[in-house]
Amino acid sequence: MIVELTLSRIRLKLGQIARPKIVPRKLARFPVHIALLVGGIIMILPFLWMLTTSLKPSSLMYSGPYIIPTHFEWVNYLEALRAAPFTRYYLNSIIMTAGITIGQVLFSSLAAYAFARLRFPGRDLLFLIFLGTMMIPIHVTLIPSFLVVKWLGWIDTYQALIVPRLVSAFGIFLLRQYYLSIPKELDEAALIDGASRLTVWWRIIIPLSRPALATLAIFSFLFAWNDFLWPLVVTNNPDMRTVQLGLAMFQGKYGTQWTLLMAGTVAATVPAIIAFLIGQRKFIQGITTTGIKG
Amino acid sequence: MLPPIKAWRRYNRSGELTAAIIALVPAVLIFGAFNIFPLLYTGYLSLLDWDGLSSQRVYVGISNYQELLTSETLWNSLAATFYYSFGVIVLSIPLGLLVAVFLNSGIKGQTFYRTLYFLPVVTATVAAAVVWKLMLDPGSGYVNVILRQVGITAPAWLRSPTWAMPAIILVGVWKRLGFNMVVYLAALQAIPRVYYEVAEVDGANRTTLFRHITVPLLRPTTMVLVILAMIDSFLLFDQVFVMTGGGPIGKTDVIGYVLYRYAFRYFDLGKASAIAWIMFAIIAVITFIQWRWSRFGAQGIE
Repeated sequence: MIVELTLSRIRLKLGQIARPKIVPRKLARFPVHIALLVGGIIMILPFLWMLTTSLKPSSLMYSGPYIIPTHFEWVNYLEALRAAPFTRYYLNSIIMTAGITIGQVLFSSLAAYAFARLRFPGRDLLFLIFLGTMMIPIHVTLIPSFLVVKWLGWIDTYQALIVPRLVSAFGIFLLRQYYLSIPKELDEAALIDGASRLTVWWRIIIPLSRPALATLAIFSFLFAWNDFLWPLVVTNNPDMRTVQLGLAMFQGKYGTQWTLLMAGTVAATVPAIIAFLIGQRKFIQGITTTGIKG
Repeated sequence: MLPPIKAWRRYNRSGELTAAIIALVPAVLIFGAFNIFPLLYTGYLSLLDWDGLSSQRVYVGISNYQELLTSETLWNSLAATFYYSFGVIVLSIPLGLLVAVFLNSGIKGQTFYRTLYFLPVVTATVAAAVVWKLMLDPGSGYVNVILRQVGITAPAWLRSPTWAMPAIILVGVWKRLGFNMVVYLAALQAIPRVYYEVAEVDGANRTTLFRHITVPLLRPTTMVLVILAMIDSFLLFDQVFVMTGGGPIGKTDVIGYVLYRYAFRYFDLGKASAIAWIMFAIIAVITFIQWRWSRFGAQGIE
């Protein structure tokens, strides 16, 4: 959430500066490449090590570690599946992530439309309150949020995992900025033709804001897939565990069986990495370009 | 005074108000139930002695706060939190800047390098913590094997009171560097080239340019990154949960973890809520300082 907050802040700041074409200063090329490569290798070393270990025969578990896979014991993945219901964890994570991502796009967009386009009393105050909630860290609201979920009888349900995160101040803020950049003439023309406000939102704003919606979808996906604390608090039943939760528990139980543990870790990491690699341009563009116009 | 219905119609010309209500209901309900209400209710809970289950809620005034403020646990957790925050800030911010400057130097393969450095940011903290825990295993973890090969006697990282927190910091730095890099990269690209050209005409060398143009112009960005790192350290939880469980001897017992323990292990919701409000107060102060500073910084640039 904090990360999201900076992104929007930086974006705002950059939006105010007319950005000149990047004309870099030249450094000596070769040493820079070496430095970047060494650093980069250190950054991805844990990934490599995770992959290699997950493919190791368990007989080699305590012999000297190596970093490039030489053995390919795919059976480790099957054994990890046998040791813990990872399929179930996966299913839970997929349902939760899909629910949150779709909800974020839909509900944040609706609210953003109201703030960007509609006039109603108390609009600015309400927007300010929404923005203010971005500053509240999850720990501070954790206990009462848990109590609300309990009172609703939602412990160990998908609602508990999804509903509280269906909309975010970050999403509303991001989309509102984008909507303000869409020419008003477009929706005014539609209104004159007799379209209702919500039709305008659905038929004009949504199609025109696809890049911003995609950015929000990627942020939501990564946030939901990687989340840990909230699912930990609102689920007790092992059948309701998400991948990250299952992995943490698996680690507690099978902490000494590295090969299985790393197989589980690969499984927990891969979807987020794929999502990032696919959406990378959008994701980083959100930070590096001026404004959110992709 | 118009009758209510008439007033409504006047407001609601062309269905604008109806649309606004429909559009905002989901957001208002969710924010109300899971943000606004909890923020206030935590304050109320912090004045109670309650286990969250029994119907017995005893009002105890500010005694939860008093007990916490005189307890070893809270101060220890604050010390651990600031230690973590300090470590992550002094390592991940300069390193992030360094990588950003390198990438901004017109080097080939910018996207490739950026991906390498950014991957840890999008990796789940739990998964990262599990991998690092094994990499830091004293016997056959990769880190110690390498250190042994170069003749360094490595500590038992997570079991050592001295080295457990540095190990947690290491993971924090690894996860944060890429984010700092991307933010710095954006800020670097926003610096008008003219500044450098003028200074170069005046005969400034590269180091001077960096010190007297780049660094001062990046100051607001640096400030934001420092503040964000501080706030995030108050939320540190996943790494500690997986790697140390707060140990050894409480050396990694950061405040985010203490709160969780009080609420969901000891079922002392009153104290846990008091911790939440103490946390909120500290973060509010940090945010306020940042707000004041960013206004100051903006004036500095103009």
